[in-house]
Amino acid sequence: MFKEFKTTVGKKLIMALTGHLLIIFVIAHVIGNSTIYFGGLNSYAQHLHDLAPLVWTFRSVMLITLLIHLLLGIQLTLENRASKPDTYAVKKSLRATTASRNMIWTGALTGGFLLYHLLHFTFQVTNPDISARANLDSLGRPDVMVMVVSSFQNIIISLVYIVSMAVVALHLVHGIQSSFQSLGLNNNKTLGIIQKAGLIVSIILFAGYALIPLSILVGMVKG
Amino acid sequence: MNLTLFVWRQKGPEDPGRLKQLEARDISPDMSFLEMLDLVNEDLIKQGRDPIVFDHDCREGICGTCSQVINGVPHGPEERTTVCQLHMRNFKDGDTIYIEPWKAKAFPVIKDLIVDRNAFEHIIQSGGYISAHTGGVPDANAILIAKHDADTAMDAAECIGCGACVAACPNGSAMLFAAAKVTQFAVLPQGAVEAKKRVNSMISSMKKEGFGNCSNHYECQAVCPKGIKVSFIAKLNREFIASLKT
Amino acid sequence: MILDGKSPSGPLSEKWDKRRQEMKLVNPANKRKYKIIIVGTGLAGASAAATLGELGYNVEAFCYQDSPRRGHSIAAQGGINAAKNYPSDGDSIFRLFYDTIKGGDFRAREANVYRLATLSNNIIDQAVAQGVPFARDYAGYLDNRSFGGAQVSRTFFARGQTGQQLLLGAYSALSRQIKAGTVTLHSRTEMLDLVVINGEAKGITVRDMVTGEIRSYAADSVCLCTGGYANVFYLSTNAMGSNVTAAYRAYKKGAFFANPCFTQIHPTCIPVSGDHQSKLTLMSESLRNDGRCWVPREKGDQRIPDEIPEEERDYYLERKYPSFGNLAPRDIASRSAKEVCDEGRGIGTSGYGVYLDFADAINRLGAGVIKERYGNLFEMYEKITGENAYKQPMRIYPAPHYTMGGLWVDYNLESTIPGLFVLGEANYSDHGANRLGASALMQGLADGYFIIPGTIAHYLAQTGPGKAGIDHPEFQKSREGAHDRMHRLLSINGKKTVNEFHRELGRIMWNKVGMARTEKSLNSALQEIPRLRAEFWENVTVPGSGAALNQELEKAGRVADFLEFGELMARDALLRNESCGGHFREEYQMPDGEAKRDDEHFSYVAAWEFTGEDSTPEMHKEPLTFENVELAVRSYK
Repeated sequence: MFKEFKTTVGKKLIMALTGHLLIIFVIAHVIGNSTIYFGGLNSYAQHLHDLAPLVWTFRSVMLITLLIHLLLGIQLTLENRASKPDTYAVKKSLRATTASRNMIWTGALTGGFLLYHLLHFTFQVTNPDISARANLDSLGRPDVMVMVVSSFQNIIISLVYIVSMAVVALHLVHGIQSSFQSLGLNNNKTLGIIQKAGLIVSIILFAGYALIPLSILVGMVKG
Repeated sequence: MNLTLFVWRQKGPEDPGRLKQLEARDISPDMSFLEMLDLVNEDLIKQGRDPIVFDHDCREGICGTCSQVINGVPHGPEERTTVCQLHMRNFKDGDTIYIEPWKAKAFPVIKDLIVDRNAFEHIIQSGGYISAHTGGVPDANAILIAKHDADTAMDAAECIGCGACVAACPNGSAMLFAAAKVTQFAVLPQGAVEAKKRVNSMISSMKKEGFGNCSNHYECQAVCPKGIKVSFIAKLNREFIASLKT
Repeated sequence: MILDGKSPSGPLSEKWDKRRQEMKLVNPANKRKYKIIIVGTGLAGASAAATLGELGYNVEAFCYQDSPRRGHSIAAQGGINAAKNYPSDGDSIFRLFYDTIKGGDFRAREANVYRLATLSNNIIDQAVAQGVPFARDYAGYLDNRSFGGAQVSRTFFARGQTGQQLLLGAYSALSRQIKAGTVTLHSRTEMLDLVVINGEAKGITVRDMVTGEIRSYAADSVCLCTGGYANVFYLSTNAMGSNVTAAYRAYKKGAFFANPCFTQIHPTCIPVSGDHQSKLTLMSESLRNDGRCWVPREKGDQRIPDEIPEEERDYYLERKYPSFGNLAPRDIASRSAKEVCDEGRGIGTSGYGVYLDFADAINRLGAGVIKERYGNLFEMYEKITGENAYKQPMRIYPAPHYTMGGLWVDYNLESTIPGLFVLGEANYSDHGANRLGASALMQGLADGYFIIPGTIAHYLAQTGPGKAGIDHPEFQKSREGAHDRMHRLLSINGKKTVNEFHRELGRIMWNKVGMARTEKSLNSALQEIPRLRAEFWENVTVPGSGAALNQELEKAGRVADFLEFGELMARDALLRNESCGGHFREEYQMPDGEAKRDDEHFSYVAAWEFTGEDSTPEMHKEPLTFENVELAVRSYK
């Protein structure tokens, strides 16, 4: 069984499956984030905190998923480069897109962003002055809301987040449709539909994520 | 019309190769692309220079021998057309045309525009057949095959094995080629018997021959002179998944 | 010498069974001790190599292409005949046999043709078992269509790519054997010589087309499956690489060449567009089901077709052959087109073309139906000519397509050299003077899958394995000969290219040994060809070296052989003082212009023996006797 997953198609299958898990996480995350608009961010964070064992199990699963996705992605890319050592003097793409050709880079940038995001909001080491651990709200909970709002009032941090979300979306534009193909869930009729659906989902996710820093920047959401 | 050509010249597998400028004079729009090259070669021979070598045979778009990347596109600008069926009326006076061989690790250049496609042979040999003995087979109408399945098998079987899919793929992957063969046999009852073994052998063979992985760019379908669909790749993936359930 | 075809005696339908009973067998354990060389991997070669390999013989297969899948059988469009009688429209093995022998104008061997008709059914079963996706109806049964020269629907097809699918079927079977190690494949390898030891074929000399190395291979038997020689006309529907070299080299080593003058000119090809033309493209004969052939009534009418009113058009096939009309057999349709063009009524810039008009069919059935039936052909036509055949009539003209002549073989497909077997288009066996549509595929596969396995065993059983190795003096001589010839070609350094000579030869052959021949034209060809050949050996230029991939050198060797072979063709045509099938001698025609066959004097196979470089070849006869059919005038009126 393990042997099969070391083949070219097996690896793509795992890429697709881990990709799907990551997409589910991304969707869940954006839904959680939306509590910010109802002033529920602190209570959402507290709830997660109270479920610590579950959260840590979940986090380790996601971490493993991510590592598999990352390492296989790197391996596949290196193999692909090796299979195509030379390029043409004149290059022309007919169907391949910026998204499809740059999966490794959008993936790497997403990874880099993730690291920063964890240091920023989870470990709270990049901006210790607004750390939620240090600042409690009136109910004595870590004040995540203040941390988020004051962070995104900084235009540079907001831009980093918005641009990163665009990169993630670009990764998903190809990733979503590609994963369905790799899982064999495609035929001539669904191919176009899945491609379009992938694009729409990517745009919605981008909007969902980018709206938070944007609405804070323009002052619609205040601390 | 007159054209400027940049043609890949490579003496042998070890030679690094380079693009060389050549002029094509008095080209008629009724010529095929290969007839244009014939004319250039006649001139080169008369000048005592080495003619451009390129693969070609039937010149009617079915044998799959011809293999040139023209201005960055395998088989050139016209959709669903092999180089031999591409005609010069697709170009205009004064155009510059870049002509390169298929490029992929699995298809090493032999000379100029000729590449070695034996890797495709090995993929077929690994399982691209139904193990029917000669003789001793049932009557042709003993197995009924739904028209839809017969048509799908035929759609897949139209592959001419030219290798344009590999040439166009940014990863040099042979998935479309293998998928077409896997699909043809998987949808037919005669071929279903060996389906599990076939898909696994052919997948391993692709890797062994140095082809890349499929990233679902779909460049292969865009350049395929026979319009082989990437939905066959999805079918191959399904066959692979099915083969995991032992 | 009177040749004996060695057909078994007895009733027609029992001959093959009888022969199978008589033939010796090779013990399964001994089979791998025998080595068989197969040259060419089209339908005949691939099917033979796969089958012999599977039986356990040690097979070495050779092809000049980079893959066996590229043999020119792949270009056959229409279909393959079989006497399955699935539509229940009155077909039978005998009827297929009769149609084929009549279509061949009674110049084929009865027993062979009957065997072919019998085996036709096994071929369809075999192909289906291999996964060949033949067309099916909605109930899942195999679909059939009708084809020229037959009044029943017996043609099986896989869209317009039947040849491709059958070849890929044989190729897949061959690939399986290569994997199993029973067949060793040598692609990009060209046969240059046959090696005959003590009068028996024991090997070949080849050139590796990539490294240029000249090598020999020894075997216990050699099968040539190297296709036809239509490229002697320079322009033909054959692949650019199709050539006569292997067959011609065998001829020079003692195999007789039968009926070289029987060549088929296919009526529906795209006309020549200029001097640059390198090959001709065939448009499936099925187009004549709905298209009407016409030319203007008046000579030199330069108007565009739309401006020529109905009454000023000559639908010449319908006029001359009211019952078959546009569906007249290939030779007749071709010759009629030539006639009207020779009268000066041809169309297009060259004047060598006729219209194939779909306007009536489009009006009657709608463009949609026509598109469904012929869409891919119309598309192909537009790619090549830039014209839309839905809006203006197609322009077509006949082109050399298939050669019925070939190396002489007996009923066992063995040539006059023991141990040398010839299969498929390369042999002369089943098509007589004209081949019917959808029967070339049938013959190639019958020979390869079903006939050779039995007959070659009969030969091998009578000879011990491993008689001679490649260090035998005959092999050395053969290699030296190939080297010498190659160096000679490379050292001429003349002024004209190989293509120029080939084009010149083609012009002579087409004008003088083409669709219609006369004593005068043939004599003139017999003067011109040797002159051109002499010039070739003094003035050809072949660049590069022999020690590397050199396409000009490959071509030069093939054209050199065509330059000799063309003469043999003309000689054969000159001696056959009758018109039959693809061979039309203007002196021998009915008052209405129909072919006048002479059964009394020419009911024989003309088999030519090579007698030396500067000596006239000698003609031997195999008399053709017909016990089961009555020789009739072949009328399609």
